[in-house]
Amino acid sequence: MHGRPRKPSTPVDENASSLKANKIKSLQSQFLHYHHNKIYTEEALKINEKLIEANPEFMTAWNYRKLAFQDKVQALIDEELRVVENALRKNFKSYGAWHHRKWVVSKGNTSTEREIGLLNKFQQLDTRNFHAWNYRRSIAELKNIPDEKELKYTTDMIETNFSNYSAWHNRSVLLSHLMEKKVEGYLQKEIILKEEYEFVRNAVFTDPDDQSGWFYHLWLLDQTVKLDMPTLVSSWPPHGSDINQVTFPIILYFDEPVEGVSSHTVTVQTENDIFKNVTWNPLSTNKFKCAQAWMTHLSIPHEEVNSSKKVQVKVSSEMSDGIISLCGVTSSRPWSFGFTVSVCQNPQPAEGQNRRLSYADESFCIVDTNSNSAGLLTSYFESKTSDYEQSTSSKWKSEMIATEIDQYRDMLTWAESKKIGKLTLARLLTAYDAVMSTGAPDTANVEEVLQLYTELMKLDPAHNQYYKDEYSLALLKQVTSNKESLLKYCWQYKESTSSNITDSLCLRLNNLSLSRIGSFERLLWVQSLDLSHNELHSIEGLEALQLLSCLNLSHNKLSSFMALDPLRFLKSSLQVLDISYNEIGAHTIDTRRYLCSSPMSHTLDYDAKFEEFANGDANLVNFWDAYSIFGGLNLTQLDIVGNVAVDERFALFLAKLLPGLKWLDGEELN
Amino acid sequence: MGELAGEKHAAYILKVEKKKDNLEAVIMEHLRINGAYWGLTTLDILGKLEAVDQETVISWIMSCQHSSGGFGGNEGHDPHLLYTLSAIQILALFNKIETLDIDKVSSYIASLQNEDGSFSGDIWGEIDTRFSYVAICSLALIKRLDKINVENAVKYIVSCKNLDGGFGCTPGAESHAGQIFCCIGALAITGSLHYVDKDLLGWWLCERQTKSGGLNGRPEKLPDVCYSWWVLSSLIIIDRVHWIDKEKLVKFILDCQDTENGGISDRPDDAVDVFHTYFGVAGLSLLEYPGLKAIDPAYALPVDVINRIFLH
Repeated sequence: MHGRPRKPSTPVDENASSLKANKIKSLQSQFLHYHHNKIYTEEALKINEKLIEANPEFMTAWNYRKLAFQDKVQALIDEELRVVENALRKNFKSYGAWHHRKWVVSKGNTSTEREIGLLNKFQQLDTRNFHAWNYRRSIAELKNIPDEKELKYTTDMIETNFSNYSAWHNRSVLLSHLMEKKVEGYLQKEIILKEEYEFVRNAVFTDPDDQSGWFYHLWLLDQTVKLDMPTLVSSWPPHGSDINQVTFPIILYFDEPVEGVSSHTVTVQTENDIFKNVTWNPLSTNKFKCAQAWMTHLSIPHEEVNSSKKVQVKVSSEMSDGIISLCGVTSSRPWSFGFTVSVCQNPQPAEGQNRRLSYADESFCIVDTNSNSAGLLTSYFESKTSDYEQSTSSKWKSEMIATEIDQYRDMLTWAESKKIGKLTLARLLTAYDAVMSTGAPDTANVEEVLQLYTELMKLDPAHNQYYKDEYSLALLKQVTSNKESLLKYCWQYKESTSSNITDSLCLRLNNLSLSRIGSFERLLWVQSLDLSHNELHSIEGLEALQLLSCLNLSHNKLSSFMALDPLRFLKSSLQVLDISYNEIGAHTIDTRRYLCSSPMSHTLDYDAKFEEFANGDANLVNFWDAYSIFGGLNLTQLDIVGNVAVDERFALFLAKLLPGLKWLDGEELN
Repeated sequence: MGELAGEKHAAYILKVEKKKDNLEAVIMEHLRINGAYWGLTTLDILGKLEAVDQETVISWIMSCQHSSGGFGGNEGHDPHLLYTLSAIQILALFNKIETLDIDKVSSYIASLQNEDGSFSGDIWGEIDTRFSYVAICSLALIKRLDKINVENAVKYIVSCKNLDGGFGCTPGAESHAGQIFCCIGALAITGSLHYVDKDLLGWWLCERQTKSGGLNGRPEKLPDVCYSWWVLSSLIIIDRVHWIDKEKLVKFILDCQDTENGGISDRPDDAVDVFHTYFGVAGLSLLEYPGLKAIDPAYALPVDVINRIFLH
C-alpha cells in the first residue's frame, strides 16, 4: 500500500470500512462459488464485474472472465457446427455449408476427433464426396495430422473398396508430398514405386473395367520414366557437323518446356569471340518466355569470311541454376556441342526461285548418299550417340517396367475386357523403349505398339482418334529412329528451281494417314517437308524446324488459319507453302484458337492496320487471323485452292499481303 | 436421331423468365442473375435474343449491383464474384458493357485476389479456382486484366494441377470437370496453356464419355448434360475434342430434351431446368450442330460477341 497518510481512524471511517469489507467479502465468496462450479451466467458475470471494479488486482477474477469468454465462444462455435451439420444432412454437397464450417473451425477451439469423426461418417456415406475430402485436407493441415497417417487412411479406404478414385487421388498427393519433403521412409523412389505398382495391380486385376486404378497406374509409370531434370535432347547444327552458311540458326531442343535460356546460361564460343550479343528466343506463343525449342540466329561477320579458315563454334551450358522446367526443376548437368562453319570467300548470290516447285512424284529422284544434304543427315544421326547428356537410364527403371509388361501380358490372357490391358501394355512398351534409349534406336517394341493401337481402334471405336494419334506418333518414331529408315522417305529434286531449295533433301511423309506429327527433335535438319495427303488438323511443333523453306500440307484437315500459327516462327526461312484442299472456313468452332497467338488469349495485340487493309470489305473483316499470320511471311509460292474460306477476293487480298509472291495456285503473278 | 427443338427451348426460357413465384423460382432466387445469363445466352445461340426486352433486363441487372462494386444474385443480395461475372457477360451479350462503371467493378474484383494469387469469392474468404476463372474472365471482358497480378493468379491455378493432368478447387483437391473448365478457361484467357499436359488431361477428359454417349464429370460417375459443356469446352480449348465420339454426344444431348414442353434435363427423362438447357444448347454449338451460333469455349459467350470485344 502506497501514499496513504498516517492518521487515526474515526468510528465513521471504521464503519464505512467494515461495510465495504463485508460487501467485498460477499462478492468474493459468491464469485469463488461460481468460479469453482464453472458457472458463467449473466448474473455471475455481473458479480465478477463488480468485484473487479473494487479490486482489479484479483488475478483469479480476470482468469474467470477469460474462462467465461472461452465458454461463450465454445457455445457459439458448437451452435454453428450444429447448424452446419443439419444443413449438410439435407445437402452434403453444399459449398456454403462446408465453407462456413471451415470458417468457424478457424476461430479456434474445435476438437480434431469430432471433425474427423464427422468426416468419417460422411465419407462412408459417399466415398467420392470431394467436399469432405477437401475439408479433411484442411483439418489435417490445421491440426497437424501427419501425412503418413492420412496415407494410411487412403490405404484403408482402398482396401475396403478398390473403386475409390478419390482415395487413389489423395494417395498420389500424399505420396508426392512425402517424397518431395524427403520424409524418413520415403526416400527411395524405387521401393515406393514397386509397392505401389503391386498395390494398384490388385485393384486393376480385380475389376479391369473400374477406372480408378488405371489413372493411378499411369501416374506411377510417369514417375518411373521421367528424367530427374530438364535435358537437352537435340540441337541444330548437330555435334561434329560442318555447315557452309554465312547466316544460320542454332536450335536447342529440350525434353520439356524450359525458361531461362539466355546468353548468361548458354554460351556460344569461337576462337576470336566473333559473335556478340547473342540473344536466344523461345519458339512459343506465350508471353512467359518458356518453350521446348529455343533458337538464335547468327551471322559470320564480313571480316571473318575466309575461304581457308573454318570457324569452330562451341555451344555450352555449364552448371547453372538458369535453365528451369515449368515445375521449377533446374537443369544442372552441363552439356555442350560443337560444329564448324566454312564459308567460301565469294559465296554465290542467293538466287531467287526461278521455277515453280512441284511435289509430284516425277519431280523427285533417289537420294545420292554422297551429297551434301545427305551428309548433314548422317552427321545428325552420328552425333546422337555422342555428346548430349543422355539420362543414364537406371537399371531399376527398365526392370520395373519389364515386370509390369509381363504382368499385363498375362492379364490379357484371362481378362474379358481387353481395352485397358492393351492400352497399358502399349504405354509400357513405349516407356520401356524410352528408358532403354542411350543412343541406340529406342524403337525395339514399336511394331507391337503399332499393332496394339490398331486393335484398340477397333475395340474402342468411340476413342478411335485418340488411338490414331498415338499410332501416328509411334509411326514417326519408327520412321525417324535411324538414318536408314529415314532415308527411305528422303528424295532429291531432279531439276533446279533455285540453289538453296533444290540442293536439299525433301522428306516425304505423305499418304501415311498421319493424324498427328511428332519426333521434331529428330527433324531439325529438314528444309523441305511434304506432309500432304494425311489427316493433320494441327502443325504444332513445326516451329522448331527453323530451316524449313518448303512445306506441303495439302489434302489435310487444317480447319482454320489459326492452325497455321506455328509458321509465324518460320518467317525468315519459309518460301514455298501449299495448304490447298484443307478445311479452312468449313468449321464454326476453331480448336486451335487458344493454343495460338491471338488477342483473346492476350498473347498478341490486335493490329488496327488490318481494318485499313480490309478496306471495310465485309467478307474480309473475318480474316484477321489470315492477315495476322500471312502478313509476316515472305512466300514466293503459295497454294490455297480447295478451302471454303478462299475465293477470288480472298486470293487478291493475300497477293496484296505478300509482295514477294510469284506463284499463287499454280498461276504466275505479274 | 432426333432434332433440336430450338423454338420449344426458346419458349421454355421465356416462360421461366416470367414465372417468379413458384417453388422452383423462389429456391433459385439467390442466383437469378446466373439464371439470366444461362437463359439469355441460350436465346442468343438460338438466334432469339431479340425476344427479350433489353432495357428491362439491364436495369434489373444494375439494380443487383452492391455499393462495393460487385453484383449480388438478385436485388438486395450480398455481392459475390460468381454473380459479378454473369452481370458482365449479360451486358456483353447486349453490347452494353459501357453501362458499367468499369473502374468500380474492376476494383471490387481485384480486391478479392489474395497474396498467393488465389481469389476469394467474396469478403468471407472462400477460396476456389472457380473464382480464379470468374475474376479473370470478368476482367478480360472489361479489358482490365492489368488490375490483378496475373502471374500469381496463374501460379495458383497451376498449383491446383493434379497428377492425372486435371485440376481441383484448391491445391490437392480431386480433379473434377467443372473445376477443369474453370482452370483451363483461365489459363486460356491468360495465354498460359503451356502449363497444361494436353495429352494427359485430354485422355482423362475423353474417358468421361460413357457408353450412353453422354459425359460424366469424373471417373465412375453418371453422365450429365452439363458436362457436355465443362468437358467439351475444355477439350476444345486444348484441341483434343476429336478424341471423343461427337455424334454419340449429340445424340445424348438431343435425348435429354423435353420436345413437348421445351427445356433440356441432366439425363433423359429427368426434369428440365434452365441450367441444363443452356449447357445442352451450348454443347451442341461446340459440336457444330447446324443452325446454332458458335460459342467461344473460354469466355462462354457467342464468338461474335468475343470478336466484337477483342478484334476492334
